[in-house]
Amino acid sequence: MSLPKLHIQNVSKRFDLGGGEGLLAVQDVSLTVQPNEFVSLLGPSGCGKSTILMMAAGLEEISEGHIRVDGQDIEGPGLDRGVVFQSYTLFPWLTVAGNVRFALKKSHLSAAEQDDLVRRHLELVGLADFAAAYPNQLSGGMRQRVAIARALVYRPQILLMDEPFGALDAQTRMLMQELLLEVWQKDRTTVLFVTHDVDEAILLSDRIYVMTARPGRIKAEITVDLPRPRHWLETEGSLRFAELRREALRLLHEEVRQEGRSKNIR
Amino acid sequence: MRHVMKKHSSPLLELRRPIPPAWYWGAGLGFIALFVLVWVLLTSLGLVSRIFLPPPLAVWNELLRQAQSGILWQDAGVSLYRIFVGWLISTLLAVPIGILMGNFQFFEGLFEPFIDLVRYMPAVAFVPLTILWLGVGDTQKFAILFIGTFFQEALLIMDNVKTVPRELIQVSSTFGLSKWEILRDVILRAAMPGIWDTFRITLGWAWTYLVVAELVAASVGLGYRIMRAQRFLETETIILGILIIGAMGLITDYLFKLTYKKLFRWAVQSR
Repeated sequence: MSLPKLHIQNVSKRFDLGGGEGLLAVQDVSLTVQPNEFVSLLGPSGCGKSTILMMAAGLEEISEGHIRVDGQDIEGPGLDRGVVFQSYTLFPWLTVAGNVRFALKKSHLSAAEQDDLVRRHLELVGLADFAAAYPNQLSGGMRQRVAIARALVYRPQILLMDEPFGALDAQTRMLMQELLLEVWQKDRTTVLFVTHDVDEAILLSDRIYVMTARPGRIKAEITVDLPRPRHWLETEGSLRFAELRREALRLLHEEVRQEGRSKNIR
Repeated sequence: MRHVMKKHSSPLLELRRPIPPAWYWGAGLGFIALFVLVWVLLTSLGLVSRIFLPPPLAVWNELLRQAQSGILWQDAGVSLYRIFVGWLISTLLAVPIGILMGNFQFFEGLFEPFIDLVRYMPAVAFVPLTILWLGVGDTQKFAILFIGTFFQEALLIMDNVKTVPRELIQVSSTFGLSKWEILRDVILRAAMPGIWDTFRITLGWAWTYLVVAELVAASVGLGYRIMRAQRFLETETIILGILIIGAMGLITDYLFKLTYKKLFRWAVQSR
């Protein structure tokens, strides 16, 4: 095996709640993402999967363990990793183009080169016609498309996505997943994608790590051997998709049921 | 179901339902008209003595008299100047201090206990002290207006800064920006509309402190005119002064609202 692009090694996260032992959110998690690989972290809500992503982004302290990019321990956030959040994080005072361009502040590119990159990335997410619009004029799906363009424009080596389509309605979400597949098919950025949606994880990923309920640990690893390029209608209808889906759901369901019991929900 | 509901309640009094604009504005103007009508009736029917409540016409005549003699313009000009300078000093200090408090817990810990202590002290109680320390000139008026607005303003600006979403700051740091760049290019930009609204609100408070500022040791100003009229029982002058302060406060308020819409179109929800 080659050196993984992203290596999360024996990572734990304990939140200090002021006194006591604190809350153990993530326990001894290890995972790798190979170069050009699309990997999902699938788990029930509250299992700490977003916390892992935030630690990988350098936005959350690591309590124990190591997170390495190309073998180097990360130190805070960096331009080698792009992040797309679940909530809308566009700057409302900037236009769509202004938002994408903002990410190039530290790029040392000429204005013309920046303009060109911004235009190309807006075309990539199908928003070239909306370059001059402001975020408050856009739908939720369009806002996330701008956020994806903004996270890709400075060409990070790894794209970290934290349930980026979680706030969208079901139809928009399907369109966004296909758009992401299309974008990824073109440049094959290394992606770590967090979701609680089984279908989404299977459709998008090469591999899926399934997590336990809190404290989050890696429960299983599923290799998604579906052919690419993938599209909702063909892929979702295949027998293999159904098998993978059943397997992932079974793993996830065990965790949800256990959590329900511990909270006395039947 | 809809049908039944409609039959049983008035269309103007549905829970959180918009009403025709004509009704909205008409009701507001009508209420003011009703207020004036009661005033006219009380005075013209002789139900209250003129000393307690002069008729609206007497207040109107007083307005014309003051406008013609120039007193009104002089008072309004001096008061406007005092309010503006007092508020400006307060704002020039409250903006940096509020920004520091909203972004760095150290500064919040440093300043908040003191500000919380002082902001409940009544500005009027500082009148004797400020005269003792600063004399009877405009500086003393500025000081009272400052005491009345600064402490609340710093806390409001701290809150404006704190409402900038955490994710906006986080995403900025993934673009490689330093904390000072994030502070300047993201937090301040995002907090600007809220801070502008704080300016509007605090300038309104400065207007309410005008009378306190001109309570003693003044010889001109809208607040002074009211205090002087009290001595001679010129009730119409008192009422006129109150109305003018109210109207001028309303105008400055409106100017801030207008510039807000011009400056921060991006912050106004279009949907």
